[in-house]
Amino acid sequence: MTLPLTEEQEMLSRSVAEFVADRASITQFRAWRDRTTETAFDSALWREIAEMGWCGIAIDEAYGGSALGYSGLALVLEQFGRHLSITPMNATVLAGATAISLMGSETQKTSWLPAIVDGSLTLSLAWGEGAHFAPFAVATRAEKTAQGWQLSGVKHHVEDLSSVDRFIVVARESGRPGDREGLGVFVVPHDAKGVSVEATPRVDARQCGTLTLDDVVVDDGCRLTGVTSVALERLAGVINAGLAAELLGICEETFARTLKYLKERSQFGKLIGSYQALQHRAAHWFVEVQLARTIVQEALLALDRARDAEGYRQADMLCSMAKAKLAQVAELSTNEAIQMHGGIGMTDAFDIGLYIKRARVLEQAYGDQHHHLDRLAALEGY
Amino acid sequence: MSDSFRDEVRAWLAAHCPPSMRVAPPEISHLYGGGRRAKVWHPDQPAWCAAMASRGWTVPEWPVEYGGAGLSREHAAILREEMRRIGAQQPLFSFGISMLSPVLFKFGNDDQRRRFLPDIARGAIRWCQGYSEPNSGSDLASLMTRAEDKGDHYLVNGQKIWTSYGDEADWMFCLVRTNTSVPKHEGISFVLFDMNTPGVTVRPIKLISGASPFCEVFFENVRVEKTNRVGEEGQGWAIATYLLSHEREMISSLGKIRHDTDPGRRALEIFGTDGEGRLRNASLRQTLARYQLDAAAFRLWIEHGERHPSASAGMGAMSSAVKYYGTELNKRRNELYLDIEGADALLWDARGPAGEAWARNWLRSKGNSIEGGTSEIQLNIIAKRVLGLP
Repeated sequence: MTLPLTEEQEMLSRSVAEFVADRASITQFRAWRDRTTETAFDSALWREIAEMGWCGIAIDEAYGGSALGYSGLALVLEQFGRHLSITPMNATVLAGATAISLMGSETQKTSWLPAIVDGSLTLSLAWGEGAHFAPFAVATRAEKTAQGWQLSGVKHHVEDLSSVDRFIVVARESGRPGDREGLGVFVVPHDAKGVSVEATPRVDARQCGTLTLDDVVVDDGCRLTGVTSVALERLAGVINAGLAAELLGICEETFARTLKYLKERSQFGKLIGSYQALQHRAAHWFVEVQLARTIVQEALLALDRARDAEGYRQADMLCSMAKAKLAQVAELSTNEAIQMHGGIGMTDAFDIGLYIKRARVLEQAYGDQHHHLDRLAALEGY
Repeated sequence: MSDSFRDEVRAWLAAHCPPSMRVAPPEISHLYGGGRRAKVWHPDQPAWCAAMASRGWTVPEWPVEYGGAGLSREHAAILREEMRRIGAQQPLFSFGISMLSPVLFKFGNDDQRRRFLPDIARGAIRWCQGYSEPNSGSDLASLMTRAEDKGDHYLVNGQKIWTSYGDEADWMFCLVRTNTSVPKHEGISFVLFDMNTPGVTVRPIKLISGASPFCEVFFENVRVEKTNRVGEEGQGWAIATYLLSHEREMISSLGKIRHDTDPGRRALEIFGTDGEGRLRNASLRQTLARYQLDAAAFRLWIEHGERHPSASAGMGAMSSAVKYYGTELNKRRNELYLDIEGADALLWDARGPAGEAWARNWLRSKGNSIEGGTSEIQLNIIAKRVLGLP
């Protein structure tokens, strides 16, 4: 009873699925994982994706996008989740372009968004400084100088960091770490003086690492003009809804693969899917995935429809709900997938075990289920 | 157009739904059930039911000729939303509506529809369901109540159990065995009869909640006219499973009844907050948030189904998923209320701020995942019909 796609969405979803199966499937994932280069993503693949128009799905038509909303972008992310596609979509589009769309001035949007849409500009959001997402616990400093702004600090778990053109850095202009206000957001060129990066391998075979800003000077035009605590929370909401969509793809794919396996594998002379112990777990899992899809759809719709303060408040709540629920259901899905596959599920040669690694990374990014349940309780007033 | 319909509904409800009917009853069994011996829990219930029935809104999507309002699915959803918005009490809680009517629409003949549906719509006749038997619970198709062919009528002998409101109902829809020489699923028929027919005896069963919503019903040479058989002889099992999918929806929808007590607010009243505005008991706070998340996802799932007919295609088997999750959620909710209220909730006659009978509702909720097919049976159905497992 999850919502049907519109004709336009149906076409988009189908064309992404076809493209990804051909160009960004698990086969390509394995080849990329075992590469010897230091690059974070395949830039030829990224150009092809940009040519398909998928970088601009959630961007206004005025800046070259197609304005299909976050519901549209989520269809792409869901397919990427199903195929473990490695692309800079999350860092550049979901986080980067959204930050500029929500908080940039007209001039800033005009100078950066079209370049994101055509694939020529890649970005990475450098926000978190610790192992747990805490949106306002930012110690990185931004000092006003005669030339513009001077940034100093260390950012951890920054995505795709050796290959992106610019970083979007959240830094503190005033106050102390933890204060809701006093934050600024700066678009910093990768090659600016004082920027250094150190990549670290991560379980999902994507690149992330530490970004160090050592008295980096940027001009005033690089400071996003519309930064408030509410805008930052909206940015986190959009990112979490997008991550939830990728997690949904993982839930559906692991479920589909496991269900197929239950109908193929025999033990004690019978298909293992005929045993009630597994049937009941599979049925429960199926229902959870239905609820997961529902809450993601609802969060995306709320984001696309929000026009006033009440609409944004609703959307914010639903984004946290979606992330919390998807973190739970992805944990269920990836754990059950391995368990029901048995020993083969633990092998690197078999694909099913690859999903759990990506799932946990997505769960942790921008707040795990505990972060969002805590937030939900606070928003509910208890 | 929808907006003007919404305005019309809103205005009518404002004028006709008295404040007393804008609160949930303390127990589900205190909803108005209608019938010849209608039990009235609040004096305003009969008039509220009659007012709604006069608009055809007890069964908004039924054709007007059978007592409905002929509303589109979309308009019916608006009516439900507007009722929910003001907390309007369901005017008529009726197995005639939720279970028998889908059967009559699909399998009944014109004569049966004309005879029975209008009385169901206005709550004139209350129905009960004769399905389970002492030795046929989850394995319903093994039922033994015999209907012997006597030409123009059957003679029914046997026993039913777990008959909800059997002691208050006027008529029964009943599964009987009309043929013992064919496989068990093929020898069953679906018949209707008046509970006043000689040979029908009803005995209530007292539950752990203290209430007796279920009965045993005994049949001794009960005469049932063949014109009261719905569908063909031997078609009973197909009808039964069709009806069960509606029963599952009905049972899971019981969990949607909004009580005025918001568990989060209630917990705050009882436990207070720490220095930063958080509920003082961190473990309870987490349990609350987890429950609210799942309850919201479940509610939205149902709403998506109500609003988008194509999204609920194949609802037959999906009703098992709804029944499974909805009833398990309702049990969680009742345990949560108990955690919030503490020892006070275990006092036999304890009432919550909105009149909820904590202890009795909690005990009653344990039956939700048993009646209408246990959670385990629902999981079997999902595994086989939805997932195609062997």
